[in-house]
Amino acid sequence: MATQKNIPVKSIRVKPRRATENMRAWKFGDDIDTDAIIPGRFLTINNPDELAKHAFEGTRDEFAKNVQEGDVIVGGRNFGCGSSREHAPLALIGAGVKVVVARSFARIFFRNSINVGVLPVICPEADQIADGARITLHLGEGYLEAGGKRHATEPVPAFMQGIIDAGGLVEYAKNLKEAPVCTR
Amino acid sequence: MTATIVEKIFSRKCGNEIRAGDVVMAPVDGAMIHDITGPLAIQKFYEMGGTKVFDPKRVIMLFDHQIPADSIEAANNHVYMRKFAAEQDIYNYDINEGVCHQVTIEKGRAAPGEIVVGADSHTCMYGATGAFATGIGSTDMGFVLKFGALYFKVPETIRAEVSGKFQDRVGAKDLILAIAADIGADGATYKAIEFTGKTVRKLDMAGRMTLCNMAIEMGGKAGIVAPDKVTWEYMKGRRKMKPFDLDSDEDARFAEKRSYTVSDLDPQVAIPHNVDTGVPVGKVAGTHVDQVFIGSCTNGRYEDMAEAAEVLGKKKFSPGVRVIIIPASRDEYLKTLRAGLVEKFVKAGALVEAPCCGPCMGGAFGLIAPGEVSLSTSNRNFKGRQGSTEGKVYLCSPATAAASAITGEITDPREV
Repeated sequence: MATQKNIPVKSIRVKPRRATENMRAWKFGDDIDTDAIIPGRFLTINNPDELAKHAFEGTRDEFAKNVQEGDVIVGGRNFGCGSSREHAPLALIGAGVKVVVARSFARIFFRNSINVGVLPVICPEADQIADGARITLHLGEGYLEAGGKRHATEPVPAFMQGIIDAGGLVEYAKNLKEAPVCTR
Repeated sequence: MTATIVEKIFSRKCGNEIRAGDVVMAPVDGAMIHDITGPLAIQKFYEMGGTKVFDPKRVIMLFDHQIPADSIEAANNHVYMRKFAAEQDIYNYDINEGVCHQVTIEKGRAAPGEIVVGADSHTCMYGATGAFATGIGSTDMGFVLKFGALYFKVPETIRAEVSGKFQDRVGAKDLILAIAADIGADGATYKAIEFTGKTVRKLDMAGRMTLCNMAIEMGGKAGIVAPDKVTWEYMKGRRKMKPFDLDSDEDARFAEKRSYTVSDLDPQVAIPHNVDTGVPVGKVAGTHVDQVFIGSCTNGRYEDMAEAAEVLGKKKFSPGVRVIIIPASRDEYLKTLRAGLVEKFVKAGALVEAPCCGPCMGGAFGLIAPGEVSLSTSNRNFKGRQGSTEGKVYLCSPATAAASAITGEITDPREV
């Protein structure tokens, strides 16, 4: 069978805390695509720790070197556009990033993130957050604090909150006997 | 009550009225996995407690991104998937058939009115058959493999109505690059794009696939063309289905309507490093190119090969350009071969490779070095997409790619 390095690993169960405190921001711009997050040539790797070594390679090389557990990524519009590769949120998990804040997200990345346990936070004023700023989430109250300023955040759709509360789609699915087909 | 084609598809599936904005757990008719996203999907299926897939006949498996295996890791991923296919009694096209999206449509595994998902963002291409098709991640796919259904937020629809007659050497790819520039890289996020109008009705299936393929480049959840004579003719021999009516009601609620006229449309080129940057070819004409790639799910069909061959005529490709041509599937390769085009391309100086994704994903072969320029008929020109992040990728039609491969610089195909 496959070598250890290459066997897809068990998902990491992440249950985001209601308030996540004092996280350091890595600021990125608009239209950060999944090729930037993890380039195509590394997609044979399925292990988050290995993927993390190549996160933002060629785009922001100091990221993989200096990122620390609990750091947060701050993006502009359309974060995570492009490919459906789940390796993108997995690379972030491997890097210790459990939260991405952005003005808006591409659809597949948004859903993949929730499914694997990275929390995507929509914050229309994300572009006002500075690189290196300290961020504290108060999602229950609908805002985050960055550099002493409050910025409104948007709630996630109800059905996705159910998946977040379960700890990701794997945990959600484990407890599901059959899919409630065609119920709304 | 009036409805869009997408709302009708979901309503038909579930037997009640479903409208945009509804969140519904809908059954899927087909689920496609390939060698990049498949291993993770299978792993998730097992982690979810899966033992038997919902219906082996509805699972479409093939390898296309890294074939023949270009690394031991890729070979391992293939082994892992083959084992799953054998265990689950899933038919595996393996490395033999070509690019996932082309093969799925060709084999009749997406059809009008169906809901098909694929663990690849360009799954939206199946909308060319009148299916609702969307790309999903591996964990969602694990869920689909287990349950045969998935949560969908039924999207609103942008209706793009296209009229006018294309000039010579201008076609579907130029149109979709122009539409992407108009709608923007996130202008259709969470929405479906329905392509309609006289020009779309006149397009062959190849052209419709090119349009629907790139809906994702605007953030779209799906691209779709309502089935008509062209569609049903294509489905013959692929699926036993009786033609039925399926189209948006004229007075359905659309997110917006946009209209385009192609009569004056110039060949378009998307400039680095975003897809929504299409400009008339004249604006970038003269840009030196190091590599030209004609292929991919977007433009790897026989019609694309024939267009490139017509532009080529009796000329040769520039010796200063690496020309890589890859028909998207075995069928398309055979059509190209039988028409004598493989010999023509090879004699003109091109490499003609076996069906696969090729340089499009920048994971296998055909990578570019720092400072190099690739001109490509594929769908993405993100920084680093085809190799070095210090390289540049421009996107264009097969005609523009062929013309530029002849001259060694970006060239208007009407001028060679």
